[in-house]
Amino acid sequence: MIRRISSFGRFWWEFVVGDDWIVSVQIAAAIAATAGVAAAGISAWWLLPPAVVGVLSGSLLRATRG
Amino acid sequence: MSAGLLLLSAFLASAVEMVEALTIVLAAGTARGWRSALIGAGAAVVVLAAIVAALGSALAVIPIDALRLTVGSLLLVFGLQWLRKAILRASGYRALHDEDAIFAREMEEARQAGGAGAARRVDPVGFALSFKGVLLEGLEVVFIVLAFGTTQGRIGLAVLGAAAAVVLVAGVGVAVRAPLSRVPENSMKFAVGVMLTSFGSFWAAEGAGAHWPGGDASLLGVIGFMIAASAVLVSMLRRRCALAAASPVAAR
Repeated sequence: MIRRISSFGRFWWEFVVGDDWIVSVQIAAAIAATAGVAAAGISAWWLLPPAVVGVLSGSLLRATRG
Repeated sequence: MSAGLLLLSAFLASAVEMVEALTIVLAAGTARGWRSALIGAGAAVVVLAAIVAALGSALAVIPIDALRLTVGSLLLVFGLQWLRKAILRASGYRALHDEDAIFAREMEEARQAGGAGAARRVDPVGFALSFKGVLLEGLEVVFIVLAFGTTQGRIGLAVLGAAAAVVLVAGVGVAVRAPLSRVPENSMKFAVGVMLTSFGSFWAAEGAGAHWPGGDASLLGVIGFMIAASAVLVSMLRRRCALAAASPVAAR
């Protein structure tokens, strides 16, 4: 039972977080910023796509450094 | 609204949603195996049918934005992992077939550990991707049917339009499945990464309260933007990789 629960948890961790946890944190921050801008009544659709590309670039930089 | 216009509106709106679901299922199927993707899609249809049977017209109270935010965020972070690996492979930083070797080794280990049954095991990633995509888009089709059908007092016609769209889009999916399997594997994984990241960005932003100009049509713009950005990143990393290979000290 414990083995099943831990493998279920591991699956979701790998599915959501993968090998670069910073990506998940930055994406959560970008979505929160989008929600904040939208809640302030300002158009927010333009925010997430460039933020995603920025997060991807940072992750690639970390993966290829050294 | 005339009967013909109602039928056409429900058909077109549902077809747009079904094409989005089909894209996710095709992406999951080509990259992770058709069996798991189709089981995921089938499970989503069963859950959807159970939700519709249980709630009926009370379905309108489901917070679709919260669902979009959850599914979109998960697809986005998962798609980014995929896109990142595809870019690293395309630029030469990672071996093209490293994951094939890992997958083959895992399958062999599973076979040895669990006999013939283990080889038929459902891939949880393919299942989850397909399940979430079909469930979310299926719910949107249900909302469309409710919106068109109840406001006009002709729910039967709206159901007919939506059903025609489901049948047509599913037929297209069956037809394109074979040609898709001939696309080179890394190109397919790259495309899947772009699609998941684009859909994830689109839904997550929508769920967070953003309104896309042009509605669902702007998804094409998001996909185009992700393709262009990924191509630029591949080109930059290729140059860097070539420079590092030519002069390891200078590249640092």
